[in-house]
Order: sequence, then C-alpha cells, then structure tokens
Amino acid sequence: MIRNSLIFIVLLGFATMMYTLYANFDGNTELNNVARFYANEQNIQDVGAANLVTAVVVTYRGLDTLGEVTILFLTAAIIGFFLKLQQANASHGEPKRKPSEIFETAARVLTPIIFVLGIYVFVNGHLTPGGGFQGGAIIASSFVLMLLVGQTGHFNSKLFNIIESISGVVFVFVGALGIALAGGFLDNRIMEMGTFGTLLSAGAIPIIYIFVGLKVGSELSNILGNFREVQQEN
Amino acid sequence: MINLIITLFLGVTMLIMAGVAIYHKKLSVAIIAAGVVSLFASVMYLLLAAPDVAMTEASIGSGLSTIIFFYVLNKIRKTNDSK
Repeated sequence: MIRNSLIFIVLLGFATMMYTLYANFDGNTELNNVARFYANEQNIQDVGAANLVTAVVVTYRGLDTLGEVTILFLTAAIIGFFLKLQQANASHGEPKRKPSEIFETAARVLTPIIFVLGIYVFVNGHLTPGGGFQGGAIIASSFVLMLLVGQTGHFNSKLFNIIESISGVVFVFVGALGIALAGGFLDNRIMEMGTFGTLLSAGAIPIIYIFVGLKVGSELSNILGNFREVQQEN
Repeated sequence: MINLIITLFLGVTMLIMAGVAIYHKKLSVAIIAAGVVSLFASVMYLLLAAPDVAMTEASIGSGLSTIIFFYVLNKIRKTNDSK
C-alpha cells in the first residue's frame, strides 16, 4: 500500500514537471539558426542533394555517421564474439521443425522484392527519404525471411565480413579523399556534381551511401545469422 | 481532424501495448506487443513527416529486434530445459 502510494506520488511529481514543460511550449514560427544554415539556398546548391536530411547526415555531420557505423560494427563484433564462446561448448539437439508451406512460398516471393527495395532506398538516398542506414536495415529484414525459411543452408559469415570490411574501408577512403581534393573530411565535391535532382548528382554522396548501406546491411545480417547458428547448434 | 483521430488511436494503442509488454505473463506475447509498439510508432513518425525515421523504426524496431528477442528467448528456454 505504502509502496503503491509512493509510486503514485512520484508519478504525480513527474506529471507536474512535464505539465510545466507542456504549458510553456510554443512551436517555432521560423527556422532556428542551425536549421536556417542547412536550408539556405546557397548551401543546398553547394551540396547538390535534393534530400536535405541526406545533405546534413552525409556531408555536414558525416563524422557522426562514421561514428554510428563504428558503434554498429562494435556491437556486431561483440555479439559475434560472445556467441562464438557459447558455441564452443554447445551440444547438438534435435533438428528444427520445418516452416509451413504458405510461409515458405511467401518468403521466396517476397525476399527478392524486399532486397531490391533496400537497394533502391540507399541508391536514391540523396533524392528520396531514407539512405544507407534505412536501406541496410531493409536488406537485413529480407535476410531475416531467408533465414526463417532456412534456404541458406549453412550461414556463411565470412562473405558478410568481407563485404563489411571493404565497404568500411571505402567509406573512410572516400572521406579522406575529401581532405585531399576538396574542403575537408567527407566533402562530397570530389566528383562532378551533375544535374540537381537526378540519380548521378550530389558528388560523392551516392557512393558513400551505397557503402554505408552495404556495411549496415551486412552487419545486421551477420548479427542475425550468428544468432541463428547458435539456435541450431544447441 | 482525421489526422488527430488517427494520432489519438495510435497513441492509445501504443500505451496499451506497452502495458501488455510489461505486465503479460507469457514472454512471447510481451515480445509481440513490443513489436506492435514500434510498428505504431513508425506510423506516427510518418504522420509527423519523418519518413526516414519511420523506415528505420519499422525495419529495426518491429522487424529485426523482435526476431532477435525470439531467438534469445528460444535459446534461454533450451538452456533452462537442459539444466
């Protein structure tokens, strides 16, 4: 009883705090300083990306994207490490139940479509919403369907490791080229800018996003594949 | 007006599903409920004009993490059975 009333008092205090925030809130009628810099006509023309979010994520805040990709890489590496440790002293159990006919057929039809959608999302990252991270995650979810149906047989994590390492190196290399040829790290003006709003535009952004997409997709697929390997082993 | 109604529906369902995820006795139901919270959150992001965040939330939040939770749950069950 005392515990419940204490929880209630804490909730009430939290509600009062939040209410003052809510009561004082009035939305901005115009862009603030940072946003005005990014939405500036001149800067949009300079970067050449029709999708403003991509311009911010890949060029202005490209270093943050590199950090995010690194965090994801570390996560995948740690999960792989611990699952490998478990795998070493795991025993073999009974085989898994087969998936149902409907699910198997649907997954076979849907997997390539979702895969192509993922590629579309990161290739068009500088034109339409989405980009490397989103495309990679979509590719990984098509991979989930493949794993659940079990049509991959033995999971080959080496291939994913190779794709992932190569795309990571290329990402940093393109970023470093920016220092040598243009204004700074991850500057996209190292290539021809092309026409605004077409597929081959915005300098190096499409290339960077393709490799970010490949990296994220292979990392997430690797995590899932490792989990599935452990399921089978035990 | 229609947007407000949809938003209210999504928000209330998300709160209920979050409650289910915390208090339900069966873990598999709780995992599904957490996935539903993410799915509805992604629709909410779409309504708030953030399609890229919606994509991430839909694929990672309700797709991949649900599957990973199920894999881990299965693994824990097997380990508990063998002991």
